[in-house]
Amino acid sequence: MQWDMSVCRIRRDASTSRRIHDYGRPLVVELMVEEREPTDEALLDGLQRAAFGYFLEAANPTNGLIADTSRENSPSSIAVVGFALSAYPVAVERGWMVRADAVERSLCVLRFFRDSDQSGSPEATGYKGFYYHFLDLHTGARVWRSELSMIDTALLIAGALAASMYFTANTPEETELRELVETLYLRVDWRWSQGGAATIRQGWKPECGFLHYGWDGYNEAIVLYVLAMGSPTHPLEDDCYEAWTATYQWENLYGYDFLYAGPLFVHQFSHAWIDFRGIQDLFMREKRCDYFENSRRASYIQREYAQRNPRELAGYDENCWGLTAGDGPSDEMPEIANERRHLFGYAARGVPYGPDDGTLSGSAALASLPFAPEIALCAARDMCQRYPEMLSANQYSSGFNPSLASTDRRAWVSSGKFGLDQGIVLMMIENYRTELFWKLMRDCPYISTGLRRSGFRGGWL
Amino acid sequence: MLQRDTSFAPVSQDAHERERLANLHPSEWRNPQPAARYNLVVIGAGPAGLVAAHAAAALGATVALIERELLGGDCLNIGCVPSKTIVRTSRLYAQMRNAERYGAQIPADIRVDFAAVMQRMRRIRARISRADSIDRLRAAGVDVFFGEARFIAADALTVNGARLRFRKAMIATGARPDTPSIPGLVEAGFLTNENVFDLTELPRRLLVIGGGPLGCELAQVFCRFGAHTTIVQDMPLFLPKEERDAAQILSDAFARDGIEVRLNTEAVRVRVEDGQKLVDLVSDDYKSTVAVDAILSGAGRLPNVEGLNLEAAGVDCNATTGVRVNDFLQTSNPRIYAAGDACLEHKFTHTADASARIVIQNALFLGRQRLSALTIPWCTYTDPEIAHVGLYVREAREQGIPVKTFTIPMHDVDRAIADGEETGFVKIHVKERTDRILGATVVASHAGDMINEITLAMVAGIGLRTLARVIHAYPTQAEAIKKAADAYSRTRLTPTIQSLLRRWLAW
Repeated sequence: MQWDMSVCRIRRDASTSRRIHDYGRPLVVELMVEEREPTDEALLDGLQRAAFGYFLEAANPTNGLIADTSRENSPSSIAVVGFALSAYPVAVERGWMVRADAVERSLCVLRFFRDSDQSGSPEATGYKGFYYHFLDLHTGARVWRSELSMIDTALLIAGALAASMYFTANTPEETELRELVETLYLRVDWRWSQGGAATIRQGWKPECGFLHYGWDGYNEAIVLYVLAMGSPTHPLEDDCYEAWTATYQWENLYGYDFLYAGPLFVHQFSHAWIDFRGIQDLFMREKRCDYFENSRRASYIQREYAQRNPRELAGYDENCWGLTAGDGPSDEMPEIANERRHLFGYAARGVPYGPDDGTLSGSAALASLPFAPEIALCAARDMCQRYPEMLSANQYSSGFNPSLASTDRRAWVSSGKFGLDQGIVLMMIENYRTELFWKLMRDCPYISTGLRRSGFRGGWL
Repeated sequence: MLQRDTSFAPVSQDAHERERLANLHPSEWRNPQPAARYNLVVIGAGPAGLVAAHAAAALGATVALIERELLGGDCLNIGCVPSKTIVRTSRLYAQMRNAERYGAQIPADIRVDFAAVMQRMRRIRARISRADSIDRLRAAGVDVFFGEARFIAADALTVNGARLRFRKAMIATGARPDTPSIPGLVEAGFLTNENVFDLTELPRRLLVIGGGPLGCELAQVFCRFGAHTTIVQDMPLFLPKEERDAAQILSDAFARDGIEVRLNTEAVRVRVEDGQKLVDLVSDDYKSTVAVDAILSGAGRLPNVEGLNLEAAGVDCNATTGVRVNDFLQTSNPRIYAAGDACLEHKFTHTADASARIVIQNALFLGRQRLSALTIPWCTYTDPEIAHVGLYVREAREQGIPVKTFTIPMHDVDRAIADGEETGFVKIHVKERTDRILGATVVASHAGDMINEITLAMVAGIGLRTLARVIHAYPTQAEAIKKAADAYSRTRLTPTIQSLLRRWLAW
């Protein structure tokens, strides 16, 4: 569906279409929609289907790899492939793709990874069951001297597991799909990724071994740790998860108690696959909270920050927020070279300490939908209405910056689309609408084992 | 190994330097005839030594104070005092360049007069040196000896051939800059805090090696003076001991200032070509070379324990960690104590001062005061400043203490907004479900001043509940502390209490 922004009007009173979230059970309370304003369902359906379109447009049909971005000569990102593997089941459910096509696309890329060069050489595809972050879209060989990425491999594997939990028919194709996923998961040597340390290293390169970047504090890696703890073949050491959570900081900020992390994606990515409602690890038991509730508070904190708008940036308010990792303007861009503000390019922007150069992500605000629909929907509507240039063909750009508006008052917009943004939007809308992935993954034995070994108890677990 | 320059004569010989020298090591000075035995002999006249000598003398002890270079030690001569004076000037330049942010006009021609900057520094250093002067020591009744001290027995040492006997002694010989083991660095020549304040010209291009407090402060200062400054740090963030957000804010501030930040990067080789220093850098698999005119090393400090002949006195020591002391600051020789950088992990002037006071109590008055009982704040004087006291969250969690942090961003503090100094935060860590303060980190323009209030609260055993009742003058930046206490108070309003209150107020 193409949404015509020019006729969209928002009313912010009690009659506005709203949903409240009764711990994961969306409930339409009241629906009163003005003429030609799309309903929530229509709005979400349009955005979700457009996001899915990315995975069709950016795919290499010969090996199933998906381009990281829609920009020219973009390599493939293994994490984006993980999102694609999760996107196909959504498309089947919603009638956007026939099941056989979805299975074939999944098989194609899973076979590629199974047969890929795992020697760990500088031009290989992977090593020890992990994969380089960026691969040549056509050959699948490592590009950009990228690192063997633990978190991006985890997102790929999570997507593959979601596919295997969905395609459960007793057909040769779907059986092969499940076997391929099993093979890929079981061969990942998670313990090796500790590199002898207490926690998982962020990356490895053939040229220099494990990277020594710090990866302390709460981040998007819960899904990585859960997958790694649940492995029957190469699990992490027993105390690895606890060692990781030892770097957490529980803060009271803007009146909310929460596990601090600045960028919004940190509070979202693991939740695309895992239902954290009501399950608690040791840390969350101590804090009488759970990660889902924590992400809800993180979304509110983002809104609070935007309302305060300490850097006096254009656009920021209660319905215009979303600081996360993504593309933004940089100082090197000649068209904005005269700006006195320091610009950060592609960066993990965060709240409340920055970096913040006025760049927001519409997709990040929308991806908070399952946690805080009452604010995420309003924000999505308002931002799309005010800055329709952030969408093209209903797909979100990676970032937009109203402080760098052009003479016609259009915000600066990141060129092209990023697969990660489309993937998280698609999955979080689906979780909000049907809880598809949460239900699928609850039954995944590796996930439940990983959660239990990480100390999670309670709720559906 | 860089040979330590034992010449302490100032490079510049202006009136300020002559005054400082006259105060701290007059050329005409002749060591006195030693007393038969001293109650206390203090080796090293830095902050610890001076505090101990003055305090002991004031209490009636016979005291000898030995110094091989200048009274006042590193702090006065090549540390806190000169660095803070040029920090101030550098802030002024930054403010001038940002004048429009304050509704003022940017001066038409902002030229840095480096000679004037350094002359101001020397003037202020000379003025402050009066407090540490030899005249004051003499007036206090302290026998001052200049020269190299060397133990000859468990209760005696020599200075320039003179034999001094003591009942108690205190080693306060301080520390010196460590030399990074980078091939070619020594041959190419480099700056440390020992010689950077002697510069007469601003280096056009400067490489700072090490992202600790000294490296960070001076990188920002020289960048603001106009040097093209690159800082390399072999870790993911600056100030690795500080918490992640503080270090992240500092990284962003550096980027805004125009410092070229190279994190996760090591300097691996230095060579000189065409009069410039070429430094090879490695970051994982990425190699590069920077060309600079000067290199400043901020790579840690080593205790000064060589040459004291400590074995003769039965004092254990380690070349890296210094004189070994127990919690009472007593060495392996019960007559001999140590204080300050020569023995402490936290090498700060105020820690040296506090440790010297413990030594006076324990050595002369049978005291049992413990080093571990001290609550020690510290501050890195970048812009914004980064100050800390007590436990970090990680340390508390390692000790099994559940922690909750009350965070107030400075952009929620009216005075900080009015001052245009909104970068930073106050974070106060308390034991979960109590108001007991475990520690705090402040990042703010004047964090060093603000941390003192939290230190006071910790020493006095005051919790956030009481702090919430302390009226803070409005508007001040320290009000952030009160706001953190108020945030704590609000968390006490549990749903049950709120429900009771509603019922009470239903009249």
